[in-house]
Amino acid sequence: MTANAANAANTANTVNAANTANTVNAANAANTANAANAANTVNAVLRPHAEEQFGEELVLLAKTDDRPRPPGWRLSPWAVTTYLLGDGDRITPKYIGARRIVEVAVATLATDRALLLLGVPGTAKTWLSEHLAAAISGDSTLLVQGTAGTAEEAIRYGWNYARLLAEGPSRAALTPSPVMRAMEEGRLARVEELTRMPSDIQDALITVLSEKTLPIPELNEEVQATKGFNVIATANDRDRGVNELSSALRRRFNTVVLPVPASPEEEVDIVARRVEQLGRALELPSTVTALDEIRRVVTVFRELRSGVTADGRTKVKSPSGTLSTAEAISVVTSGIALAAHFGDGVLRPGDVAAGILGAVVQDPVSDRVVWQEYLETVVRERGEWRDFYRACRDAL
Amino acid sequence: METWVLGVRHHGPGSARAVRDELARIRPDVVLIEGPPEADPLVALADPAEGMEPPVALLAHVPGDPSKAAFWPFAVFSPEWQAIRHALAAAVPVRFCDLPAANSLAAEERHRPGLDPIGALAEAAGYDDPERWWEDAVEHRGDTPFQVIAEAMTAVREGHEPEGYEARREAYMRRTIRAAIKDGFERIAVICGAWHVPALTSIGPAAPDDRLLRGLPKVKVEMTWVPWTHGRLAFRSGYGAGVTSPGWYHHLFAVTDRPIERWLAEAAAVLRSEGLTVSSAHVIEAVRLARSLAVIRGRPLPGLSEVTEATRAVLCEGDELPVELIQRRMVVGERLGRVPDATPMVPLQRHLRDEQRRLRLKPEALDREYDLDLRRPLDLARSRLLHRLLLLGVPWGTPRESRGKGTFRESWTLEWRPEFDVALIEAGAWGTTAEVAATALIQASLAGPASAAQPDLAGQALVKAESLSDLTSLVERCLLADLPEALRHVLVVIGDRAALDTDVAHLMAALPSLVRALRYGDVRGTPAEGLGEVVHSLLARVRVGLPSALAGLDDDSARAMASHIDGVHSAVALLTDEQGDLDERAAWTATLAGLADREDLPGVIEGRIVRILFDARAIADVDVRMSRAMSPGHPPMRAAAWIEGFLADGGLLLVHDARLLALVDTWLTGLTGEAFVDVLPLLRRTFGAFAPPERRSIGERLRSGSERRASRRDPDDERAAQAVRTVELIFGRGGAR
Repeated sequence: MTANAANAANTANTVNAANTANTVNAANAANTANAANAANTVNAVLRPHAEEQFGEELVLLAKTDDRPRPPGWRLSPWAVTTYLLGDGDRITPKYIGARRIVEVAVATLATDRALLLLGVPGTAKTWLSEHLAAAISGDSTLLVQGTAGTAEEAIRYGWNYARLLAEGPSRAALTPSPVMRAMEEGRLARVEELTRMPSDIQDALITVLSEKTLPIPELNEEVQATKGFNVIATANDRDRGVNELSSALRRRFNTVVLPVPASPEEEVDIVARRVEQLGRALELPSTVTALDEIRRVVTVFRELRSGVTADGRTKVKSPSGTLSTAEAISVVTSGIALAAHFGDGVLRPGDVAAGILGAVVQDPVSDRVVWQEYLETVVRERGEWRDFYRACRDAL
Repeated sequence: METWVLGVRHHGPGSARAVRDELARIRPDVVLIEGPPEADPLVALADPAEGMEPPVALLAHVPGDPSKAAFWPFAVFSPEWQAIRHALAAAVPVRFCDLPAANSLAAEERHRPGLDPIGALAEAAGYDDPERWWEDAVEHRGDTPFQVIAEAMTAVREGHEPEGYEARREAYMRRTIRAAIKDGFERIAVICGAWHVPALTSIGPAAPDDRLLRGLPKVKVEMTWVPWTHGRLAFRSGYGAGVTSPGWYHHLFAVTDRPIERWLAEAAAVLRSEGLTVSSAHVIEAVRLARSLAVIRGRPLPGLSEVTEATRAVLCEGDELPVELIQRRMVVGERLGRVPDATPMVPLQRHLRDEQRRLRLKPEALDREYDLDLRRPLDLARSRLLHRLLLLGVPWGTPRESRGKGTFRESWTLEWRPEFDVALIEAGAWGTTAEVAATALIQASLAGPASAAQPDLAGQALVKAESLSDLTSLVERCLLADLPEALRHVLVVIGDRAALDTDVAHLMAALPSLVRALRYGDVRGTPAEGLGEVVHSLLARVRVGLPSALAGLDDDSARAMASHIDGVHSAVALLTDEQGDLDERAAWTATLAGLADREDLPGVIEGRIVRILFDARAIADVDVRMSRAMSPGHPPMRAAAWIEGFLADGGLLLVHDARLLALVDTWLTGLTGEAFVDVLPLLRRTFGAFAPPERRSIGERLRSGSERRASRRDPDDERAAQAVRTVELIFGRGGAR
């Protein structure tokens, strides 16, 4: 909570931080009220920031963390790794997957190299970057969302024009971007969907990353990054070639590719966990969450994604969609909603069949053939999948 | 007299360096090495002056039983190799002290997973790279590492009582040491796996060992050196340690300082040579990342896993493809060894020599013809051998058009050319017998020329296995050469390829020959398990994909597709009468029936399908369909194409079915002069293909107009029954009825 308070002072006066300020104010208010109240206020937010949701764990880790911390870091690299992977006890795992990925990411940030998380949609890139920022800087809100319309002000700075006209150019008339604030305060800035930005805007990052400075030619000044500053960017594999990173920018990043979950068990675990969290957050009526059904959805997704059946005996075609874990989660969640509101409260094959069809068949012609082939050559052969096969046939 | 027992990690560069230094220090007058003593006379060939270059392997095989073979591979970074080289340079004798291959190849319990106690210790200490652990835990301790290893192994073996095969091996090692002492050597160095050190330090009395070694089973063994590759060092045989990163080990052994920096710089050079831009700044950052990763993982220095991570994240910018390139080129390393010319023959040559004697086929420079009767076992075996050699790229025999009748006859021309020996030595890399080698060759061909699994064989000529039709012909060759194991793989690949092939025409083209192979099997009686499964999945895919493949075809591809449909249909008709196949047939007919009702089919395809369904008695309204196709709503060209499809296999139908003939006749006479000229070429093609008698009788029917009476004449049941019975007998269905 103290982190947030510190935050408030910095964020309240920015133009585009109204959202953040609200949250922080709420948190501030909660500070003064009693603890039960605080929980309510935080819960009232649809999606609290990572550092709020897992604040206790961060405090716990900070208390026991006696290893050396890089300058500007709130935790040591080891503690950050533990925060992300969990310790099997009081620290819940945030990222379920290969340990090496987290280690490489943390080591990269510790060598003050910028980190680029690359992966197909739905492989927890944003999730990982948010938690890294929360654990290292205690603040995951210094965020630039990359879109086709992202302007250079989002990375450098903008002007408060009323002040600019009244007082002339001065630091007070300048509205800093999240990146600029991160440099001043020595925190992590996050750039989401870097490759969605136009290339010339992307290149505004080059000076920031190589010289660790942001010149303000209008004032003949510069902002030099303080220790602890770094950038985590995420980019989408499927967008390759849209706004390809220039090689000058590319080589300032260490690239970590987030894979799709390695084993079916791991993916079932992720889906089950997230479905449960989401169900709670959306206050869905409770259903009997059939782990078997989740396993089946995950199996279907994995087989279509990898192009080979789980037993490795049959090759299948892959559809055009990505079939990420995130989509599996949403298929199961909507299945649960269906089962809860319209069914008997038990997740049945029929509840997920329509969702799967929608996720698989993105291209109405070619994907339909892929799906039909899969149904006929794989699903039909599986004796215990009979009801699922029938449900999918009906949904077609 | 003094004995040093140097416990090593097989293929450990750290051990190799330590052995080299230790031998230079103690200057032994005899070197005993863990390995088969039959190889003692071959050691001299390892002299660099002879032209031998590691990696090489000692190969022990049993003449006449080539399935029994064992390899003892050596790389530059193998301690055993360093010991051999030291001994050769210092001109002291080398003796191998392990159980003779004659005994070990005869023993039953030979195939056990190799022990890597140093790897186990390293793992216990939290290292994934035993070489790093050796460096940190052993070499940096200052005193000679072998004492430390001996202590550690004594602790590890505390309470362990070797038995069986292991006990006999150690007994034999002790016996060799005793013999060396007896022969008057003063300074004896023993190089053996670390695990054995405690068993060899105190030799003890000879009697118990003699008891252990009495009456061991024995086979006749021949030994030779063969060239080896880094890729094959992972092979678990002889020295048990499977080395997955020989290139890395070679690097660790070869460079003296800054291994990480040198490795990453070399990786950058490899990437650059492939046209990827990698700057020195990349290398600097990669080294930094590897270091900080090592710190996070609590290691004193980066190991292979940290270096690989750094390569992936920095040098390759997250791209997996160049990482694989580095794995193949550097971590495994594409190093191929060389053996001197004086080395004895490769087993495949020997195997062929034995086979030639057994099958009474003499290699002759003059060409000679053989007619083989495959019903005779000798000729069958000859045919298989020749087919296998063909696959291996040794065209000793070339098949000729068979003179006799029947599928059990095969004619060959045999001619031996000197260059076949070279081809055989090359093919020897695939295996020790023609069967094993051909199987391995086919498997590698299936994996593709760029397969990383066996980089050593990258230069070998592969069998073409790209398109589906290549693969189906490969099925045939596998059947001919009697390679059930390879056949299984080919079928799996066909299944996979079929699953990914989006062109239904390919699948349909591949189907008929497979079904033929399935239905008629082979005179050779080669088992073809799995063929049925592939056929069924192929059929299922054809059924699903066919409907969407029929739209928007031009004339030529429509005609091709019609003949594909024909092919698949006759293939389906060939399936057996078992329940599953009956279902398959019904599903196929149902698919066609569904297609026949579609509006947008090209004429030739619709005509063909209607005809197939009519012949299968799956539709009753053939005249309605025909008249619809012939009606003026369709352009004349389409109607002509329809007729072409409908009558593709002959005009007999028109001779016998007056209704259909009348329909065609009405349509044809109703055409305008212009339209008639348009469709004339098509009709010519259709009717021109009919046999002259068919054409004549159609003409007669039309002229006489008396066809109705003729076709309505009631058949004489009794006379017809005889013919029917004979026909059924021919088809193998009659008898009971």
